[in-house]
Amino acid sequence: MNAHSEMKVAAEVAAPASLGIVMNCQLEKVFYGDFLAVRNSVVPIEKNKITGFIGPSGCGKSTVLRSLNRMNDLIPIFRFEGKVTYHGQDIYDKKVDPVVVRRYIGMVFQQPNPFAMSIYDNVAFGLRLNGFKGDMDERVEKALHGAAIWNEVKDKLKNSGLSLSGGQQQRLCIARAIATEPDVLLMDEPCSALDPIATRRVEELMIELKEKYTIALVTHNMQQAMRVADTTAFFGVDISQGSRTGYLVEMGPTKKIFEEPEQQLTREYVRGEFS
Amino acid sequence: MSVSGPTVESNMRDLIAASRPAPNLHRSPLELRALKSGILTALTWIGALLASVPLFSVIYELVVAGGSRLNWETLTALPPSAFETGGGFGNAIVGTLVMVGIATLISVPLGILAAVQLAILDPDSKLTHTVRFLAKVLTGFPSILAGVFVYAVMVVTMKTYSALAGGVALAVLMLPTVVLAAEQAMSMVPKKMKDAAYGIGCTRTQVILKVVLPTGAPGILTGVMLAVAGAAGNSAPLLFTALFSNYYMSSLTEPTASLAILIFNFSGMPYDNQIELAWAASLVLVLIVLVFNVLARLVGRQKY
Repeated sequence: MNAHSEMKVAAEVAAPASLGIVMNCQLEKVFYGDFLAVRNSVVPIEKNKITGFIGPSGCGKSTVLRSLNRMNDLIPIFRFEGKVTYHGQDIYDKKVDPVVVRRYIGMVFQQPNPFAMSIYDNVAFGLRLNGFKGDMDERVEKALHGAAIWNEVKDKLKNSGLSLSGGQQQRLCIARAIATEPDVLLMDEPCSALDPIATRRVEELMIELKEKYTIALVTHNMQQAMRVADTTAFFGVDISQGSRTGYLVEMGPTKKIFEEPEQQLTREYVRGEFS
Repeated sequence: MSVSGPTVESNMRDLIAASRPAPNLHRSPLELRALKSGILTALTWIGALLASVPLFSVIYELVVAGGSRLNWETLTALPPSAFETGGGFGNAIVGTLVMVGIATLISVPLGILAAVQLAILDPDSKLTHTVRFLAKVLTGFPSILAGVFVYAVMVVTMKTYSALAGGVALAVLMLPTVVLAAEQAMSMVPKKMKDAAYGIGCTRTQVILKVVLPTGAPGILTGVMLAVAGAAGNSAPLLFTALFSNYYMSSLTEPTASLAILIFNFSGMPYDNQIELAWAASLVLVLIVLVFNVLARLVGRQKY
């Protein structure tokens, strides 16, 4: 398979929207130890849009997402080759502090993961971390409103964040992530642990959130990508070298990816012919 | 064979199914499985009761034999001499509290630091595995050897028995318990919680201080309390380090009384007064440990 030409396709498709690109991931190679996990993928993330990452298991979509705020640095054997530019700066530059990167590029995880603290303290956590001196109550309320959970928790802000239901916990985590008003929100399968009703609420929330934030979303659920993503990146797995290496097959407007993709592989995948 | 429509064969099958009696779902108590279950349940109950017999009989004996002498005088007065009546062990209570305090001040910070290293900073290196193994070995370390060791290191060089040396000897015994309990508590903090903290822009230090330690605090406290309880009742390490004194301590560098040694001394004496005081001191020792445990539960219980 010719990875180079596919890379070009991806870059061309994304080109027209280049005016509002917040982040551009120009990934060459990602290794875990000696294992080449992802190669040659250019993934631009547009401002105030939801960029969905889809693809079969092991295609590296989560790895790519976690490369965008250097979460993968926590894995000692992880190695990134390439560039991720954010407002013109390469976040993998030696001078860049990954801790600071993560304050601008927030993350919502697959499993809801509130801290063992009160609901209020969960949301205030990031603000306190950044030495926020203003009206804390107001900012906490604003974040909880933003995450569409205020009405459910306003009378029990002192209760444990862990006492909420799974869907509420996930929205609390979103509130925690947006409390510090990051630029970009990375969401790694945020609904995979939720039931359909909670999933729908979080999806509605994502669509509201893109007014203010830029979102990159990994999802296993193609219907979810169709419902919420403006742009969709489809990743595939290359097993031709005897290993399993993920790469970007095609990226473009969601409608186009699902209805008239350019690549045969994409067509087969979105039709559910393999997974 | 045709797929649809009743055949002779399927009619037969239906008939057989209809003629089968409804299954009996009632419990049958005399069945072998039920009997076995009953006998084994009874055995576990008996085992549990037997295991608690020593504990309750000790507490019963302590309350009966020591309770009568428990009053303000015994809690504050100095130990009596041979044929004296009355007296108490106030100095030994103070000595025990001070020495356990010193041991806690040494072993808890050190132990938590070590646990951070073992559980978080470097959980899988050779050094960590070695330290973890040594800590486990040290939990079974004969307490009298801790006393002899500190005797050689501190008592000989300082040329005096002291509360300081006693505290250090107890700290040697507390340290591995604290390390292992704190490590356990910290490694039980879910990875997803740490990820959340990193994801929000915490440095590693902040993750440890703001998430791992607070979340693991109840477990750490339980470990500390276990260690304190063990140290408070230990007499062997104090024999060579703090020795004993018949007076209230006035400095940390003089021989110091402790409840454990007082019990050891008085229980072997041929005088009723001293033997009664030994019982009362035992009861006080148990109560001190109990109070600390209850306090730790109250302070350290999981709030969220």
